[in-house]
Amino acid sequence: MSSHDIPEENLPAEQDAEHGAVAVADEKNPFADPGLPPHEHRIQDIDERAAKRSERMVAMLFTVSMIATIGFIAAYVTIPNDRSIYVFPIGHLSAMNFALGLTLGVALFTIGAGAVHWARTLMSDVEVADERHPIEAPPEVKAKVLADFQDGAKESQIGRRPLIRNTMLGALALVPLSGLFLLRDLGTLPGTKLRHTMWSKGKLLVNMNTNQPMRPSDIATGSLTFAKPEGLEETNEDFQKQIAKAALMLVRLQPENIKDKKELEWSHEGIVAYSKICTHVGCPISLYEQQTHHVLCPCHQSTFDLSDGARVIFGPAGHALPQLRIGVNADGYLEALGDFEEPVGPAFWERG
Amino acid sequence: MSTTTSNESASRGRAPAGERIADWADGRLGIYSLAKSNMRKIFPDHWSFMLGEVCLYSFIIIILTGVYLTLFFHPSMNEVVYHGSYVPLQGQLMSEAFNSTVHISFDVRGGLLIRQIHHWAALVFLAGMFVHMMRVFFTGAFRKPREINWLFGFLLFVLGMFTGFTGYSLPDDLLSGTGVRFMEGAILSVPIVGTYLSFFLFGGEFPGGDFVARFYSIHILLLPGIMLGLVVGHLILVFYHKHTQFAGPGKTNNNVVGMPLLPVYMAKAGGFFFLVFGAIAAIAAVAQINPIWAMGPYRPDQVSTGAQPDWYMGFSEGLIRTMPGWEINVWGHTLVLGVFVPLVIFPLVLVAIAVYPFIESWVTGDKREHHILDRPRNAPTRTAFGAAWIAWYFVLLVGGGNDIWATHFHLSINAITWFVRIAFFVVPVLVFIATKRICLGLQRRDRDKVLHGRESGIIKRLPHGEFIEVHEPLSQEQLHTLTAHEQYKPAEIGPTVDENGVERKIKGSEKLRAKLSNAYYGEDNQIPKPTVEEYKEITSGHGHH
Repeated sequence: MSSHDIPEENLPAEQDAEHGAVAVADEKNPFADPGLPPHEHRIQDIDERAAKRSERMVAMLFTVSMIATIGFIAAYVTIPNDRSIYVFPIGHLSAMNFALGLTLGVALFTIGAGAVHWARTLMSDVEVADERHPIEAPPEVKAKVLADFQDGAKESQIGRRPLIRNTMLGALALVPLSGLFLLRDLGTLPGTKLRHTMWSKGKLLVNMNTNQPMRPSDIATGSLTFAKPEGLEETNEDFQKQIAKAALMLVRLQPENIKDKKELEWSHEGIVAYSKICTHVGCPISLYEQQTHHVLCPCHQSTFDLSDGARVIFGPAGHALPQLRIGVNADGYLEALGDFEEPVGPAFWERG
Repeated sequence: MSTTTSNESASRGRAPAGERIADWADGRLGIYSLAKSNMRKIFPDHWSFMLGEVCLYSFIIIILTGVYLTLFFHPSMNEVVYHGSYVPLQGQLMSEAFNSTVHISFDVRGGLLIRQIHHWAALVFLAGMFVHMMRVFFTGAFRKPREINWLFGFLLFVLGMFTGFTGYSLPDDLLSGTGVRFMEGAILSVPIVGTYLSFFLFGGEFPGGDFVARFYSIHILLLPGIMLGLVVGHLILVFYHKHTQFAGPGKTNNNVVGMPLLPVYMAKAGGFFFLVFGAIAAIAAVAQINPIWAMGPYRPDQVSTGAQPDWYMGFSEGLIRTMPGWEINVWGHTLVLGVFVPLVIFPLVLVAIAVYPFIESWVTGDKREHHILDRPRNAPTRTAFGAAWIAWYFVLLVGGGNDIWATHFHLSINAITWFVRIAFFVVPVLVFIATKRICLGLQRRDRDKVLHGRESGIIKRLPHGEFIEVHEPLSQEQLHTLTAHEQYKPAEIGPTVDENGVERKIKGSEKLRAKLSNAYYGEDNQIPKPTVEEYKEITSGHGHH
């Protein structure tokens, strides 16, 4: 009785006639393991023509792979690297990337498809059982190992000579310290570097885009203007380091809309200057909502109210953006009246 | 007989070349003994067993393409002016790292393809590990003797995350630089040593000129080196333990049923490598990933909207975005809870799933080896825990993409953030309860199927006019498969008095274990599987209706 006969036999009508109500072979324990089911032949096992078809299919897949590889080489040498093509529905693509990727993909995929088809249709699919053996060692092996270990330990005399043992442990414990010290020069010490920026009294506010100092009239209502301290050029060696702290944003508010008293004092004709570096984890804030005077950090959505001391009104930031006190110099240009009074950017342990 | 064999070999002349090479190798490496136990090793078949293979193959693809990329990439932050063939960037100042990445993308033929294969394979690698880990979790494949291999796999997942992060930070583009700055902010939040750690990592103030070179050695040497060792260990253990299998006719805890490595799995697994590689190459041909030229070089004062890390870092992004911005200032110091708490929860989310096998084995007190996989429904509490964990993870992923959700579904970002804050605590609990209910329902269904047979869809009219649906009894194979699983009894606190009648102290851990055990295997927490007696009682009446 092969396994695929069972369902039919078990159909209710036949069952009553042939076997009474018994559905299963094992009367005593119907849940018992019946053992591996007999192997069911595939069509390739019994029909040589089907096997031939499979063989041809596998060979065809491998051949397609060869052709694709030749296509890859042809694409590599013939397609100009800067040509772009339109592929529906994806859009414009680099022709080279598209051709190389597809030919390589086909060349690889058909090797895999051929191998898997070969395995599934032609290689033996008879399931066999392999025994498992317990991983734990038998007791006599364990006893032998423990005895060996004790012999070894005894012969080393480590237990008898604690002086050796303790000094060795001490030496081994100390020696990594050298490595630890070697790490010291990975960086300079923080000192007060995080507390200061390039801004100082009299430094002009330079427009980030035009690279020109600004007059109050250059700051239009409703726009967000980015500024850097005068003397900081992109070509400076420490530009990235300095701008990471000194980046500034300017907004013109109606003085009567400024709710915070200190903010009003530190502003000039309604122009307020705030650190652009978010106090959460240091992303540059770049979204400004004109109507509400809110700025939003696009990284983690901390929202600050620029008309109210840049206090946090939503999101994960922990404190307000630091304000830069600004004024106008004798020539009518906007200038800083000092450095930020508190550290810019994310909070840290020594910030206080 | 020895004489005839020597005669035969003499008449055949020398052994074939392949055999002679094998003999040579055997004399030095002992390959025959190795092959004896491994060449025809039996592997069971189930679609879910290929998930781990996807990870292995994408790891190999990553190494192959990664080596190629190192031939062209310059891990340096020296500023240079771009003069390559991508017009929009010409004349712009950028680091050599960014410059060389643009060079790979536009001036090295096939360079963009390899870059994209590398990046896509990394995403597939992490996704594959996640799904593979869930397969192992929900089927209980982590039980003895495989706990250590579970930890190996877990470590690979975690290291894979950091290898990915350090990798996509290398081009020094605007998006990845923003991610690195986030990392700086997170490190700064560490109490007492945070600023020092940050200064040591970046060689001084952020961004400095060192981190690309440092990330480079971490990304191409340190982490992949450790991972390669873990992968090899992982595979050796898979071979050593022999693969798990699902219950079924002929499959026991003491055997492994399937097909041999040579030739079937050699062809299937070897072929599968090419399938994975081919599929990823095709994806890389049509799906652009990480177009750093469009983002531009990193500037600490610039950012683009919709900034997202790669998906596997998304859950940590969710933590950082939804945590309220708590800061405590005392005695001139700042405790940046708003950033530090997520930094601490980040590993805890991962550890929660990593330690689970040890908790379960403590609750069951089961010291036996397990090679037969559980169906998820038959371990309702475990399945519910796993589902709750996934839900937790996905809630955080939603939080990490709150801006994307807001813009794509026209939702308020504040509402999403608040949803995530609440869901972080509530959703896992709800999912736990729902999953457990579903599992118990499925167990009941299995029980019905065993006792009453399969619903055949045939309606029969009885002589007295009643209509019944004919249930078709299951074959013994099916009966065995559905009843093969074991059901634990809840652990009880042993006798509260010792043999002398003296009351003994019950440790808190004992009480906890009994409670947990009851939650796992108590009356309402698993459906008793049908017994032979029940089966006989019901089926014996069948012929007489």
